Amino acid sequence: MIAWLVASPILVPLTTAALCAVFWNRPSLQRVLSLTGSTLLLILAGLLLARVMEGGVQVAQMGSWAAPFGIILVADTLSALMILIAAVMALAVAVYALGDVDAVRERGGYHIIFQVLMVGVCGSFITGDLFNLYVWFEVMLISSFVLLSLGGTKEQIDGAIKYAAINLIATACFLLAVALLYGVTGTLNMADLAVRVPHVANKGLVSTIAVLFIIAFGMKAAVFPFFFWLPAAYHTPAVAVQAIFAGLLTKVGVYALLRCFTLIFTGDMGWTHGILLWIAGATMLTGALGSLAVRDLRRALSWQVVAHIGYMIMGLAIATPLAIAGTVFYLVHDIVVKTNLFLGAGVVRRLSGGDTSYAKLGGLFTAAPILCIVLFVPLASLAGFPPFSGFWSKLLLVRAGLAVENWAIVAAALVTGLLTFWLVGRLWAEMVWKANPDGDALGTTSLGGAARVALVAPLVLLSAITVTIGFYAEPLMRVSAMAADGLVDPQAYIDAVLGAVPTTPTLVGAADTAAMEVQP
Amino acid sequence: METIMAFAVGGMVAGAVYLFLSRQLLRVLFGVILLSNAVNVAILLVGRLTPGQAPLIGQGQEVLGQGLANPLPQALILTAIVIGFGLLSFVLALVYRGYQELGTLDSSQMRTAEPEDAV
Amino acid sequence: MMDSLILRTATRLLLALMILFSIFILWRGHNEPGGGFVGGLICAVAFALHALAFGVKEMKRLLVLDPRSLLGGGLLLGILSGFFAGPGGDPFMTARWIIFKDATGAKALALGTPVLFDIGVYLVVVGALLAMVQALMEED
Repeated sequence: MIAWLVASPILVPLTTAALCAVFWNRPSLQRVLSLTGSTLLLILAGLLLARVMEGGVQVAQMGSWAAPFGIILVADTLSALMILIAAVMALAVAVYALGDVDAVRERGGYHIIFQVLMVGVCGSFITGDLFNLYVWFEVMLISSFVLLSLGGTKEQIDGAIKYAAINLIATACFLLAVALLYGVTGTLNMADLAVRVPHVANKGLVSTIAVLFIIAFGMKAAVFPFFFWLPAAYHTPAVAVQAIFAGLLTKVGVYALLRCFTLIFTGDMGWTHGILLWIAGATMLTGALGSLAVRDLRRALSWQVVAHIGYMIMGLAIATPLAIAGTVFYLVHDIVVKTNLFLGAGVVRRLSGGDTSYAKLGGLFTAAPILCIVLFVPLASLAGFPPFSGFWSKLLLVRAGLAVENWAIVAAALVTGLLTFWLVGRLWAEMVWKANPDGDALGTTSLGGAARVALVAPLVLLSAITVTIGFYAEPLMRVSAMAADGLVDPQAYIDAVLGAVPTTPTLVGAADTAAMEVQP
Repeated sequence: METIMAFAVGGMVAGAVYLFLSRQLLRVLFGVILLSNAVNVAILLVGRLTPGQAPLIGQGQEVLGQGLANPLPQALILTAIVIGFGLLSFVLALVYRGYQELGTLDSSQMRTAEPEDAV
Repeated sequence: MMDSLILRTATRLLLALMILFSIFILWRGHNEPGGGFVGGLICAVAFALHALAFGVKEMKRLLVLDPRSLLGGGLLLGILSGFFAGPGGDPFMTARWIIFKDATGAKALALGTPVLFDIGVYLVVVGALLAMVQALMEED
């Protein structure tokens, strides 16, 4: 039965999407389905993580085809943790969408596409096969195209075209890298690759393929120098869509990098991880500077998505157990905080009449004091103020950097932290303390009863998670350290996949044929 | 044969990159088509070119016999083609819509989402 | 929509034939080249031809269901075919077969969950393509 639990992060959203599609013309039913599916996904993801923490890496062979021949799903601590946090975001965004997504977008199939997006995200996290990863990336990509352009305003179309163009090229790069890797090793199963890649004679070719993967995943993760599409597109679609994009999509790229560059490409770490380190530093600084240059809340936050990807890549590039643990911790923290911030910016936008440029913001503290307190949590966490989750994640990474005496990257991380602090101060001043230019700002009561609950409840939930991680970091630290151990020494992963006893199908049909014999 | 095909792939990629450099979006899309086809040929190529029969398991047999083509690259390419078709048809529709809404296909004039004054 | 008597008359004849042929290809895909994807394409082309000759409204009337619901139904059928593995304790998508034998005891027909999956693929392809055709033709 464990195989079914491992497959459930794909099956639950996929079934939800299919059911929503059947009831295409009934948006109210789709809302219920979407909420139910997201809740179920959260429960099963929790069970999966508990099972993995207890019993080690869990493996499911789809259709009973044994690895390395069949498609295999692998849940190690990192995968299970990422799925759990993705499920939390899915639920938060599904609730928010009840109050945010308008009727036109709902009729355009918002709920269906959202669930398909979750299929792609969860599939990417759990697959153990490189070509299958490509397929899940595409599932994610095509649904993100649709979500981005859903609604069809000029701004959205413009952003979507840029997003689509760069992603099509990234996709081709990914596929080419997969093809070349298949050419030199003859396999696409990740665990099998981990065994075979060190024995490939042509080391130069392997390094070239590794760089192709950095480019392909880097475009997804929006690292320097492939980040241009993100600030161009992320601020355009519906708020619920922005939040899930900012929270999850770029992190899938980071996850893929993390998986490939701890499992498969570890032979030439001086070269590949050296490149990653440069990328990390440049990404952090460009993102932070970019966010200071724009004068619009949502665009500043888009740039911040880029900046914080840099921290995660930094941990991966240093590649000590402490650094990897820091990256995993950072992933969880950042997913929660970014989703929360974009959802919060959506509410602020509603209150300020549809515009989030600094010139239109202000007076939020007098109008909606509780909302301000709720928003203070992710903002403070973004800057890394002490009791919140951002502090611990930055602390882990900086300590890891100091431990390997790489002063330059530590300096870049600290400067980025300082610039982020500056940005948070500016946002707070512009949004909360400054007097509103158009007189009094509207309070949250102006949103209307049901919508108010749907819009603010996810903010409170996510802020509560951030505070909990901040004050009680121990459990997440332990899970991160476990995930990091599994990544730094992938032997358990490889054994679980390749050593998994092939489950011989019990051939119910064949066994019962005697009873079912039919005389034609 | 492999060498000739490899050069063909290289030529296609070069053509695709040349098209990417255009400011005209439609040319960029043609570049994407060319690139994805180049990658498909590359997949076929890394699966080794063998003059084999269609890889079908005969009646009464359990595994593939000798002298048959490698079925895996074909399966990969089929998947990639289907995905590529889906993506491309969506993007073509998107670009057409963009042309209607924005009135241009020149990427340097598409500044609605990133207005120059707001930087 | 093209206003052509020849096309309309031909389409009336071709529609049924093409749908029959698509089902034949779907069935043939069980053991030989063919299958749900190709079959679905042929079926979708048949309906697209009908839309070309008689207009999208007529095609919608003929199809009864919304193509997007068709897509969802096909997807659901595909997922369902994987769930048959559950009762035996096997992982998702493990095939299940019912084998029919002829009088001599030789295997005559094997019906299994992959057929169900293929029918699901067929419906998804038909639904997706017709949704595209509908969206593009309604715009004009």
